[in-house]
Amino acid sequence: MEIVLAIGIGVLVSSGVWLILRPRTFQVVIGLSLLSYAVNLFIIAMGRLKAEAAPILSAGGVGDPGRYADPLPQALVLTAIVISFATTALLLVVLIASRGLTGTDHVDGRELDR
Amino acid sequence: MIAPVAVPLFASAMMLVLGGDRRTLNATLNVASVVVLVAIAIALLRGADASPDGLLGVYRLGDWPAPFAIVLVVDRLTAMMLLLTSVLASATLIFSLARWHRVGAHFHSLFQLLLMGINGAFLTGDLFNLFVFFEVLLAASYGLALHGSGTVRVTTGMHYIIVNLVASLLFLIGVSLIYGVTGTLNMADLATRIPAIRAEDRALLEAGAAVLGIAFLTKAGMWPMCFWLPRTYAAAPPPVAALFAILTKVGVYIILRLWLLLFGDHAGASAHFGGELLLIGGMATIVFGAIGCLASQDMARLAAYSVLVSSGTVLSAIAMGPVDMTAGALYYLVSSTLGLAALFLLIELIERGREPGADLLAVTRELYGEEDELDDAKGTGIAIPASIAALGGAFICCTLVISGLPPLSGFVAKFALLTAALNSQPDSIPIAAWIFLVILILSGLATLIATTRAGIHALWASPDRAIPSVRLVEIIPIVALILLCAAQTLQAGPFMRYAQAAAGSLYTPHDYLRGVLGAENVIQNTRREPR
Repeated sequence: MEIVLAIGIGVLVSSGVWLILRPRTFQVVIGLSLLSYAVNLFIIAMGRLKAEAAPILSAGGVGDPGRYADPLPQALVLTAIVISFATTALLLVVLIASRGLTGTDHVDGRELDR
Repeated sequence: MIAPVAVPLFASAMMLVLGGDRRTLNATLNVASVVVLVAIAIALLRGADASPDGLLGVYRLGDWPAPFAIVLVVDRLTAMMLLLTSVLASATLIFSLARWHRVGAHFHSLFQLLLMGINGAFLTGDLFNLFVFFEVLLAASYGLALHGSGTVRVTTGMHYIIVNLVASLLFLIGVSLIYGVTGTLNMADLATRIPAIRAEDRALLEAGAAVLGIAFLTKAGMWPMCFWLPRTYAAAPPPVAALFAILTKVGVYIILRLWLLLFGDHAGASAHFGGELLLIGGMATIVFGAIGCLASQDMARLAAYSVLVSSGTVLSAIAMGPVDMTAGALYYLVSSTLGLAALFLLIELIERGREPGADLLAVTRELYGEEDELDDAKGTGIAIPASIAALGGAFICCTLVISGLPPLSGFVAKFALLTAALNSQPDSIPIAAWIFLVILILSGLATLIATTRAGIHALWASPDRAIPSVRLVEIIPIVALILLCAAQTLQAGPFMRYAQAAAGSLYTPHDYLRGVLGAENVIQNTRREPR
């Protein structure tokens, strides 16, 4: 499971980095989204991967913490998802405004001369 | 203690509920909230200074014990930064009341949210909570940077948003790496656990800290992560740009706090991790900023490059320093932030004669300022020379503060820094101190040349006729900021004592740890042997 997740995060990050270096604003947005997915997966991975373990202690005793998943990264990921969703929405609005004002979707607001 | 976060939150919520269109009401609420914030910050400052260990107290959200829940901590450094923020906010707010708050929607609520984010970032004692407050202040600053719209503002605002989103992702990666290694996010708890990290995990921890550091340094504007800054600051509306002068200082504050807490002398094998890079980067930032000052041909961009010089100076001073140096850096931080904010506000007044419409401001500022239209006070009545004289006098004062010439506070700050650098070792002067000395003095010279050139160009050598209509409400905040710099000079002794105490407690964080975690936890954790 670890190797699959690691490869997945790696592919997401590399495509994301490639895309945010592209000149069009839409590519940048998609790149940022991919990067934020990768980061979310990474946070989960940092809480150790564990199958079939609940993040909530069962009733009537603490027990062995090794049998439970770490709840904290899950809370962090929830927060991170909400924040990155909101900022991406904000960025989209700005992109559309920029498209309207400059007439191009180039990040610098002007086309290169060909 | 939670009031610096709660007051702006409630104020902005009230504004949104009452409707963003009722500007008078919103402005009243905003002013009231800022005044309350100043009062709270003064109370916290006095409290923190009066308490024996410099730690006013720890606020536990939900009253959970410390390593498990989020804590807010007020010590001397936090109280100082809170006061600086609220003073700056009141000055820029009063300035914006003259005109700028009308050029776009929701100025007042965004302003309050920005204050909430900044105050929260200063107060929090938890890494992930810090991320949340950072996002709050960044989201508000995106809105404010775009305030007033216009092509230039939207384009640079977009660059600003993208750069900061990437930095936020790096922030998250760093936080989760640190969590993965240490299993905690509480800063004080981290500080006690880092010396006991196993050797094979240490590389992972340091990688996490480095990624985290890059995120903060992007916000602090350290070279080579600073190329977004001058354009954004120059294009932002002037009151917003003046308030943004504190945003880079938020990054600097976090570096100062976390670096000394997590990687101070007591951190075992990781002590002073990354210090050399911070020093080199800080110095490179000063050089880049100074060259940028000399090269910039309009005043807003000149001020934006001065922001870089200022944060570079603070960063390299933090990296060099024993306690004296850090105290000097704190003094410099306050004085340069006040001076830069005054300069940003002043530039708008000086350049006002050139541009009639608010939307044109940003566009024409991109061009070389050939069309100076300021009046040279010949036969146009008595009011105009007064306003020119006021602007000119204020400009000279700003120049003195920023370039570090006597008699204002910039000189005292640089003097304190240089004295500390040269006296850091009893018998010899380290080579880094020499380089720092040369760079600091040359950067002062460069700023002086650049500002003088711009000042002569704008205020003296302008044959065209146009009356810069300056209202009293706009000049008062500038004068107040400059007077604060003057007061900082007059009260340099008490202020330096306070800064020394703040820096001292940063270097010996036992009081901080004990305050946050409770005495028994600290002892238990520090006794834990490396496994």
